[in-house]
Amino acid sequence: MGSRLGLRGLALGYLTVLLVLPLGMVGYRTFEHGLDAAWNAATTADAVHAFWLTLLMVAVAVPLNTVFGVGAALLIARREFRGKAMFNALVDIPFAVSPVVVGLALILVYGQTGWFGKDLAGTGIQVIFNPLGMIIASIFISLPFVVRETVPVLREIGTEQEQAAETLGARPWQTFWRITLPAIRWGVAYGVVLTTARVLGEFGAVSVVSGKLVGKTETLPLHVQAAFEDFNLAGAYSAAFVLALMGLVAVVAMQLLKRRELA
Amino acid sequence: MLLPLAALVARGFDGGLDTFWKAVTAPDAKSALVFTIVASIIVVLVNTVFGTLVAWVLVRDEFRGKAAVNAIIDLPFALPTIVAGLTLLALYGPRGPVGIDVAYTRAAVLLALAFVTLPFVVRAVQPVLMEVDRDMEDAAASLGARSSTVFRRIVLPNLMPAILAGAGLALARCLGEFGSVVLISGNIPNKTEVSSVFISKQIEGDNLTGAAAVSVALLLLSLLMLLAVGAVQVRGARRGK
Repeated sequence: MGSRLGLRGLALGYLTVLLVLPLGMVGYRTFEHGLDAAWNAATTADAVHAFWLTLLMVAVAVPLNTVFGVGAALLIARREFRGKAMFNALVDIPFAVSPVVVGLALILVYGQTGWFGKDLAGTGIQVIFNPLGMIIASIFISLPFVVRETVPVLREIGTEQEQAAETLGARPWQTFWRITLPAIRWGVAYGVVLTTARVLGEFGAVSVVSGKLVGKTETLPLHVQAAFEDFNLAGAYSAAFVLALMGLVAVVAMQLLKRRELA
Repeated sequence: MLLPLAALVARGFDGGLDTFWKAVTAPDAKSALVFTIVASIIVVLVNTVFGTLVAWVLVRDEFRGKAAVNAIIDLPFALPTIVAGLTLLALYGPRGPVGIDVAYTRAAVLLALAFVTLPFVVRAVQPVLMEVDRDMEDAAASLGARSSTVFRRIVLPNLMPAILAGAGLALARCLGEFGSVVLISGNIPNKTEVSSVFISKQIEGDNLTGAAAVSVALLLLSLLMLLAVGAVQVRGARRGK
């Protein structure tokens, strides 16, 4: 009994020191000078712009990666084709690459001196130092989540129901909408939550690609850093608090979805 | 996705193998790489031990608030990395209330990496531990094995593939981590600067070729890690069948 309590204490102690205490501290620093001060710091023009830009990136990147993710998961779990093992491994690459490296790779392709830089400049499309590049970076970074959460669910539900639908004359689309999608929805939803959390908080890749133009390409995570480096601690903490709240919402959503999946 | 990576590799080897090697082994670049690798290994070892412990407590122990503890494990995945860095700086930095100031030291980098990679081993081990058949443990215990022996001889071998898989993912993440480290480390060259920060500085200084060379080195390391994880999983799956 003693060793069990000891283990529990050690585990909880580690979590407290590493996770709980620091988070509480950000909350404390945010509201240290009262609610009004915190509200003012969180709603400066730059912070509000950064907030909306962050949401824009989520609004574009998450749906795209959801569609791609489900499609790729179907390919991996349901089809046999040459190079499948390769494709499967490629999907995981964003997990293996440093965000900064992703940003650099995008600059080398779409930047002024990059492969397509000159051609793009001719058409007037600017990718680097522009929200477009930041969206591409976010898509790259958060690509694997939906795939990785959906593939195991697809494997687990098996193909019996799908085959039954097919023998009854359902077309592939009908089978997908009526049979497959309802069966995998919680797995997909879990992947979507992870994708959203990642896009909301993406820092490294977006930072490199954005050029950090205040009020133009500054997302909320970039705003945290900029404010901190300007010794605007109130601004940094309040923006961090907003992001932390969104992270907490994601955690709660993840827990609810896990319970659904088990039920 | 492939296109940017191809451009990266092409740029890294722009001036041939010699230039690549020079860029990677330049004093600043090399010390950042070495520090990144050493720090990553230390952190992954610590989190492997604590991650397994936390998973154990979550599966085998019962106490009030366990569901909440289980939920906060995912927090580092859900929390933006820059917030993680700021968070740690608030508590363990200059104005922190506990009187521990690790800001701008190597310990700070370890702390940040430990924070962001905490969930990997926990989440890899937890489901396996739930499935483990307890009959073997009961049998060993009834034959007089002490609980530490049961853990070492029975439980640990069952968990090993999961532990290694989680540790591999954590290591790949550590090698490339940027957001959580950038505020708290102070990015002092030859001291607290990790490779990802080094790369970002090179980009800002417009030395794209040097940045690409170090990136390629980092990329190779992480890919090796993921391949190793894949191999462990394949072996685990075969043994399961």
